[in-house]
Amino acid sequence: MADDTITNRPARIFDHYKTMSLIRAFEEAAEVAFDAGMVNGSIHQYIGEEAIATGVCSNLRKSDYILSNHRGHGHAIAKGANPEAMMKELFGRVGGTSGAKGGSMHIADFSVGMLGANGILADGLTMGVGAAQALVLRGVDAMVTVFVGDGTTNRGPFYEALNWAMIYELPVLFVCENNTYASSTVTRKVTAGPGPVARAEAFGMPAFDVDGNDVLAVDELAADLVSRVRNGGGPHFLHARTYRIKGHISLDKLLYRPEGETEEHWKGEPIGRCAAWLLENGIGQDELDAASAAANERIAAAVEAAHAAPFPDAKLAFADVQDMGAPQ
Amino acid sequence: MSEMNLGDAVRVALAEEMRRDPLVWALGEDLSTAHGATAGSQYYQLIDEFGPKRIVNTPISENTIMGAAVGAAVAGTRPVADLRMADFAMCAVDELVNQAAKIRYMFGGQARVPLVVRQMIGARKGGAAQHSQSTEAWYVHTPGLVVVAPATPADAKGLLKAAIRCDDPVVFMEHKELMATTGEVSDDADEIVPIGKARIAREGRDMTIVAWSKMALIATEAAELLAADGIDAEVIDLRSLWPWDQDLVYASVAKTGRLLVAQEAVQVGGFGAEIAADVGENMGGALKTPVRRIGAPRIPVPYAEPMENEYRVTAEKVAAKARELAAG
Repeated sequence: MADDTITNRPARIFDHYKTMSLIRAFEEAAEVAFDAGMVNGSIHQYIGEEAIATGVCSNLRKSDYILSNHRGHGHAIAKGANPEAMMKELFGRVGGTSGAKGGSMHIADFSVGMLGANGILADGLTMGVGAAQALVLRGVDAMVTVFVGDGTTNRGPFYEALNWAMIYELPVLFVCENNTYASSTVTRKVTAGPGPVARAEAFGMPAFDVDGNDVLAVDELAADLVSRVRNGGGPHFLHARTYRIKGHISLDKLLYRPEGETEEHWKGEPIGRCAAWLLENGIGQDELDAASAAANERIAAAVEAAHAAPFPDAKLAFADVQDMGAPQ
Repeated sequence: MSEMNLGDAVRVALAEEMRRDPLVWALGEDLSTAHGATAGSQYYQLIDEFGPKRIVNTPISENTIMGAAVGAAVAGTRPVADLRMADFAMCAVDELVNQAAKIRYMFGGQARVPLVVRQMIGARKGGAAQHSQSTEAWYVHTPGLVVVAPATPADAKGLLKAAIRCDDPVVFMEHKELMATTGEVSDDADEIVPIGKARIAREGRDMTIVAWSKMALIATEAAELLAADGIDAEVIDLRSLWPWDQDLVYASVAKTGRLLVAQEAVQVGGFGAEIAADVGENMGGALKTPVRRIGAPRIPVPYAEPMENEYRVTAEKVAAKARELAAG
């Protein structure tokens, strides 16, 4: 997907800019809402990592599945989940994506193939390979993408699942978002060996590294890998380098982080880089400003709708547990 | 009707359900190994008919056997995951308890998790601490799960078929020492044993003994010993532990006025405690004397035969406890 062969590339990248702006606006509004006490649980923000979900999911179809982790807002929006329903979920209100049963960490929208954010790290990998087996068994022309963080590459199921995907030649793309931190710990300090790419390659899996803050590069690599997976090429591994601008969790004051580190990384955040490229490629500042404003307005409306939505009937706590032996 | 052992009855049940529904498949270790040394080799006869995509021989990867089953269930198939022993299944408790049992609920009913997980319970001669445990209470304690523990080949067949057709995740617990026991089994591929229905294993008037799995057979043996003393015990084989058949147990207790709950598992915190407490709360007026329990001492399962016999709840021990109940 070289620049000169795609005449409408600026339009495609401008779409990415809009998606990233929507994710950014959602995360910023979610933080404001959290600080105001409107979010009943905590949130894990995706600020600074927007290019990865955007670049990868823009190459997926609605019928493809994605599995996410605890930091799942960006994945959900990029896969097409409705931000208003997501905000209602954070607020614990009627109309939330998961009926206000799950909150931020359990946002899912099966109608767009988003099989859930998840509070247990590495379970997305094991469930993802199983979902791929189901697609094969059902003869469905679709694939699975699993988003996983750098910290999770130290969990055992990561290795089981990579091995599993290879031996059954499953249509899975593993996307490792290396945001430098595993909770409050610098991942490199607790990780032996050269890193996630080498670990994937140890299974014979084709693995590629990309600047995860460069949405053009992520898009280009993801397009290639998605195409390979979709065309029977078996599992692939995409390692995207990025940086977690915010804390692990909304309460995190980042006291473990060296002074100035966040600010230094902020200079390379993906939306600004994308804007710079667009300005050089025929998109005007006024268009960018209008796109950012539109994203902010859409999220502001989502927040307003979440405020206005009622809390669910408390008795719904007893619904959807199970069919056999359901609570009386 | 055909005479067959419990292991064969379960295999026949699986084959019938796989013929009925192309979305039913099985996965586990050793499934395609003819004459293998482990329980999985009972499946090898199914490979020719169903092929390696539906009888999936897996690596020793319990996290992924369970996780893949969850993912595949969510993605529209009905997997039967065989974890061989309840002791090994502990490696996959996360995927079973945090994912299978929670996904429908925490995602607000967007998905069902129609899977069966087979895991053998119980002490088998010399199995010792890590191949002998009876962990059914763990799963009964977990909202979202169904738990069944059949005692006869006919019930094993009928309950596995019901479990496969159930939209909830079902923990299917066979007893190792029952796998070779024989009995009459229905040839009707449409016949199931409904989940949640107990069976009267022996009718009696003087007391009710509630048991499940192999203990149902031991309790029946104990009832014959008691008959020699002029005590006429009714034995109820629960078959399903969640949901359990309160109606049948209540009716029996209303008739006999005495209840003994017998289990092979460690007595402390066991499922028998739930039945004893429930009957005490809801049927107290019918009780002529307080409910009694019998179960294993709170020790790991020992190896040498004399020590192993200390652990085991035998017919003689059940009968002795029943005589206390009859006298009380």
